[in-house]
Amino acid sequence: MGGIFNSSVGRKFAMALSAFFLMIFLVQHFAINMLSVFSADVFNDVSHFMGTNWVVQYIAQPILILGVLFHFAMGMVLEIRNRNARSIGYVKYNGNANSTWMSRNMIYTGAVILLFLGLHFYDFWFPEIQIKFIDGDMSGLLANGEYRYFDHLQHKFVDVWRVALYCLAFVFLALHLLHGFSSAFQSVGANNKYTRGLRGFGKAYAIIIPLGFIFIALYHHFN
Amino acid sequence: MKLTLKIWRQKNADTKGKIVDYPIDGIDGDMSFLEMLDILNEELINKGDEPVAFDHDCREGICGMCSLHINGEPHGPDKGITTCQLHMRMFKDGDTIFIEPFRANAFPVIKDLVVDRSSFERVQHAGGFISVNTSGNTIDANTIPINKHDADEAFEAATCIGCGACVASCKNSSAMLFVAAKVSQFALLPQGKVEATERVLNMVKQMDEEGFGNCTNTGACEVECPKGISLEYIARMNREYLAASLKG
Repeated sequence: MGGIFNSSVGRKFAMALSAFFLMIFLVQHFAINMLSVFSADVFNDVSHFMGTNWVVQYIAQPILILGVLFHFAMGMVLEIRNRNARSIGYVKYNGNANSTWMSRNMIYTGAVILLFLGLHFYDFWFPEIQIKFIDGDMSGLLANGEYRYFDHLQHKFVDVWRVALYCLAFVFLALHLLHGFSSAFQSVGANNKYTRGLRGFGKAYAIIIPLGFIFIALYHHFN
Repeated sequence: MKLTLKIWRQKNADTKGKIVDYPIDGIDGDMSFLEMLDILNEELINKGDEPVAFDHDCREGICGMCSLHINGEPHGPDKGITTCQLHMRMFKDGDTIFIEPFRANAFPVIKDLVVDRSSFERVQHAGGFISVNTSGNTIDANTIPINKHDADEAFEAATCIGCGACVASCKNSSAMLFVAAKVSQFALLPQGKVEATERVLNMVKQMDEEGFGNCTNTGACEVECPKGISLEYIARMNREYLAASLKG
């Protein structure tokens, strides 16, 4: 067992496990964000719960951040090794003849998502940390006595450039997931009679989730 | 048919290579790609030039020796074939054809289009066999009943000719499809199950030591494999490897 993560198969397995974790998180994030479209009050209540519950804050959140960092770091390790496996490239290379653009460019779509996470943290996570853990205000309330979460969300989606950047990042997320979803299953050895159905489900997931996030961003921009 | 060939020329493993242009005329659509190269070489020899070195042997798609990367794809633009089965009718008059060796650090160029694929042999030596007592008391393999589905899958895996197109087509130079086929052809049969744990661990270890890249599941290998070996075998090897790691 010791050397498993030093092998090419083991590293891909670890990459797939972190991908599963992140894909499950994405559904949860999407579901909570979607609440903001239907009810500001429910969104505020759930956000306050997530933002102040110690299990979420001190256990789930660090695991999530570690999961993102691990996925990124392992992606880089694999990419470096892969590039080192072919020092001299082809003069003519026709990748489109045998593979999709998404499958060949996971490192680039992943890098764009990572850059987006920087902006997303700057917009939402760092202000939360500042208010809760530096200023020590765990009330979640504005000066007028209302919860600040929905108000904060709507203010962030006023600027057109920010909405455009978010939408662009979600397109890259879709491209990443279009290959990543089924690839993760293949890496853990799941390729059987259910694979065709799973691929179809993966494609639906890869389109519906990012499209939903784009809808939420546009909804708050125009409202 | 009149063509322009852009061929990788490299004197030996220690020198740098480059693409050299060769115009060629009078090529018939019914010729095989290797016959076209034979004609070019005859012309080069008649002019006193060095002929282009390229690998070939059976010329009927079963030995896995031919190894050319043609117009950006291993074994050329047709599917399910080796280079020796590629016909010139796949090209048009006036076409420019790029001919390069299979590229991977684990497949170093020996000369021109010939690469050293002995890394595959070393992976095989690491576990691609079964240990059988051949002293005269060997039990006839046909006396052991084997599920047809397993037999068919094992046979399909065993059709891998080890040409290296999987490595050549993979953007990561991964040899997973080759190793997966070699692991699976034994793992599915009772004779191979005895050494299954050590086999997959040793073959994957050797594959990594040879410097092949990681599989990122692009599926290029499956598309370019002349024998149509499926990605399912890589998934099977992943399962075998993970189970073996937990045992070992």
